[in-house]
Order: sequence, then C-alpha cells, then structure tokens
Amino acid sequence: MNPDHIREIIDRHEGGKKGGMISILEEIQSHYSYLPEEALKIVAEKTGRSLVDLYGVATFYKAFSLKPRGEHLISVCLGTACHVRGGPRIAEEFERQLEIKAGETTKEGEVSLETVNCLGACALGPIVTVDGHYFSNVTPAKVKEIVHKARVGLDGVNIHTDERIFPIEVACAHCNHSLMDPHYYIDGYPSIKVTVSFEQKHGWVRLSCLYGSFSVEQEYEIPMEAVVNFFCPHCHAELRGALECFTCGAPMVPLSVRGEAGIIQICSRRGCKGHWLDLTG
Amino acid sequence: MITLFVNGLEVSAEEGTTILELARSYGFPIPTLCHMDGLSPYGACRLCVVEIGEGSNAKLVSSCTYPVEEGLRVRTASSRVVRARRMILELLLASCPQSKTIQDLASAYDVHQQRFKQEYEDCILCGRCVRVCEEQMRAKAIGFRGRGERRSLGTPFDQKSEDCRLCGACMYVCPACQLRCTYTEPEKAICGGCANLSPPCLKKSSFDDLMCYMEPCVACEIKKD
Ligand code: FES
Ligand code: FES
Repeated sequence: MNPDHIREIIDRHEGGKKGGMISILEEIQSHYSYLPEEALKIVAEKTGRSLVDLYGVATFYKAFSLKPRGEHLISVCLGTACHVRGGPRIAEEFERQLEIKAGETTKEGEVSLETVNCLGACALGPIVTVDGHYFSNVTPAKVKEIVHKARVGLDGVNIHTDERIFPIEVACAHCNHSLMDPHYYIDGYPSIKVTVSFEQKHGWVRLSCLYGSFSVEQEYEIPMEAVVNFFCPHCHAELRGALECFTCGAPMVPLSVRGEAGIIQICSRRGCKGHWLDLTG
Repeated sequence: MITLFVNGLEVSAEEGTTILELARSYGFPIPTLCHMDGLSPYGACRLCVVEIGEGSNAKLVSSCTYPVEEGLRVRTASSRVVRARRMILELLLASCPQSKTIQDLASAYDVHQQRFKQEYEDCILCGRCVRVCEEQMRAKAIGFRGRGERRSLGTPFDQKSEDCRLCGACMYVCPACQLRCTYTEPEKAICGGCANLSPPCLKKSSFDDLMCYMEPCVACEIKKD
C-alpha cells in the first residue's frame, strides 16, 4: 500500500468534506481489494473522522473487507428464501471444496468465499454469484463446476453459458396472446414484438427475449429518456401496470411470462434498464 | 409551554422535553436501561416504552426519545406497556442473565422465568459506553462494529486505542458488567432477592449455590422478625 496514493484518493474526494466517506473507502477497496489498516488510519487522520467511526462503517457494509480478497469472489446467498431452499448446504459444500471457511481466501489468494443476505433473485434460489455472475437453483452437485468456472475466470459475458442471462417467453397480460415473433431474431432468439406510441406516432418495437440483454430494435427512432406507451399488437390493449420503475419512476409495463406463470415488468422509458422479474406467482 | 396528559394528570412542559424527563419530574417511574442523564438519548433498549394516543391509534413509543406534544395522552403503566416491558426483560434475561441491573428490573416486574434460548452475552449493545466515551470523555475510543447478529463493541482492529485514556467510564456506566449475580446457573437465578421483598432465602434449598451479597439481607431481616 502506498500512503501517498491513499492521500491522493482522499484529495480527489474533497478531503471527505461532503460526507464522501463511503466513496473514499470504496475507491480504496476497489484498488487494493480490501481496506488496509494503515489506509484507514490515514483516512481518519486526513479527514478528521475518528477511527472508530470508519471502522464501524467498514465492518458494517458487506462490500468492504478488512482482509485481502482473492482474485475471484464467490458469494453464496443465505437470505431467507435461499436459506430455506438449502443455501447453508451449498455454503458448506463450497467451504469443503475450497478448504476455507466463509469470509476467507484460499492460500494462493485465488478465490474468496463469502455468504451474503439476498442477491435479489430469490425466486431462482439458491443463488450463488461468482464475480457478479449469477448461478441459479444451485445444488451441492453443481458446486464443483462453479468452483472450476470461478478459477478459470468468468469475465467475458457469454450469453450461452452465463446463467444470469436466459430466454423468456412472454405474452400479453390482457389477451394472453404470445408476443413472441418467431420470424425475427434478436440475440439469436425469437424477439418480443409490441406496438408503441410516442408523440402521435405508432410503430413496432422488438425486444430481445434474453433476460439480462437490453437489445432493442424499433420502427421509428425513439429519443433516449422518452417515456412511451406500450400496446399489445393483437388485442390493442395498452400494457400498463400500477408499478413505477424503481430506477427512474416511469410507469412499468407488465408482460406475463409463459411457462413459469410469472410476470416481468419492464420500464417504459427508452434507455432505462429498470426491470423486475417475479416468478413467484 | 406544552400541555399534555400523563396517566390522566394534566401537566405542562417546555418544548423539547422528552416524555421520560417529564414523567420522572412528576414522579411517574419509568424503567430505563440505555438512557443515562447527561448522554444523548439512544432508544436502544425499549424498556422505557409508554403508550400514547387513544383507541385504535394508541401505540407504544420509547419515552426517552419521544418529545412532548400538545394534548398528547401518555400512559406510563397501562397493561399493554407492562406486557411489553416484561417481554423485553425476558429477552434481556435470555441474552445477559448475569447482569444485576437486569435481574433487578426483572424482579421488579415480576418476571421470574424467561422462555427463550439461554445465552450468556457480556453486552446488551445499549451503547452507553460508546456515548460516554464520545460525549463526556471526548475520546471516541470505542464504538460499534459489524452489524446484525455480529454487532459488537470495541476498539478498531481490537487493538489498544491511542485515543483511550483508560478512564474507565465505559465500565462505570455499563449496566451489564457493573455488578454480577454470582450464581453458577444464571437461568435459575432470576430470584429477585435483591430488589423485591419476597424472601428468596426461604427457598434456599432450591438455590444451593446462591451467594447473597445483600447486607443486611432484606429477606433474612424479614425472616428474623
Ligand atoms: S434470498 Fe437469496 S436471492 Fe434473495
Ligand atoms: S431507555 Fe429508552 S430505549 Fe432504552
């Protein structure tokens, strides 16, 4: 660790004046993969905060680690939903195979294992993430393969093997007619076709059916940030739900998911990636 | 001045007073654990709950953090309040049975048993030591660490703190470690001998390893007469 570098980071955040403490810590963490003790002391000294406060923050958030983390991070979800679906057994299996306890790192600094409380995909649990890649419905038998993938590295997203990306088939929530267009492919899968209206213009929009892909094609150019109305091309009913996008506040568009009896909500704002998949129904 | 009602009595108080301060100044007792005069209110233990409002709007609030409001109706010892306090005491006993402060409070509320898994924590996370260290000693040597189940108290990195002057204030204010009940099996020890007047020594046979540190022992005095 280089003390000058830490000071530089602090200066860049205006000396931690405007409550920028967490961003300072985040930057140190992302650079060193952990928060070195010395670094925390420098931050305390330079920003005039007490070391106890910093230490409290650093131990409160799971995103911060006081021990060096490995090159790859495996997070096993032990949130309520994953817990009842067998999360603890999965965590044990990882501990056994990696020969470390949760919260530790393998000797060569290769893989770190941690348990977390909910990764936001409860319906697909037990969930494990490796460097941000999701693995759903994990069983102890799958652990070996996941460990292997983690060691090899999962960085480039490959839509065929990456399990956080999967195709879904959707239908109109009113007439239940399928919205899939088998004649037009996006991302190598049949696209979802809906009608949209924007400033008196009507036209089609085709969306990728891959959950996790945000590719779209459209008849008329819709400016970024514009909120559009969605319609079913079959029954012409407006597709509009009561929910608002968590990210931008625009109305969400509900579509029913075939086969899984669930709902996917997508944000009606062009360019906003707000979405919500609910397969619990 | 704000006018309100405490247990049916019309009282008045300066704006900004807490219900706890007000009730105490009028002589209504409210038990507290994390509250301490001279430290900022914290609202961690919930022992000081009182009921405010009427009918279906009635709710429980912690009096040490709740400022007085015009026309507020406060009940400091309604059955709902007492039930809540007894539950809190049971939970406190479940985690920290060896604290004399908690034992005394429990017996004052007639709690003799707790129904939960017995633990032997040293700390109830009331935060008194943290506040005394920061607010009175101006040291900020100790603080909370971690969260949830793993929340604990101590110095950063568990090392001797450079800010600590070894004043001992933290230990002095701690309700959990000041004075211990010295039974070998704390869960059997909710005798209340030190706070209530039902003499535990009469049942001494069932408390064989009991050590009485009362001088003179109230119970024994009563027995003598
Ligand atoms: S509980 Fe595991 S993702 Fe929510
Ligand atoms: S004294 Fe009010 S919550 Fe502890």
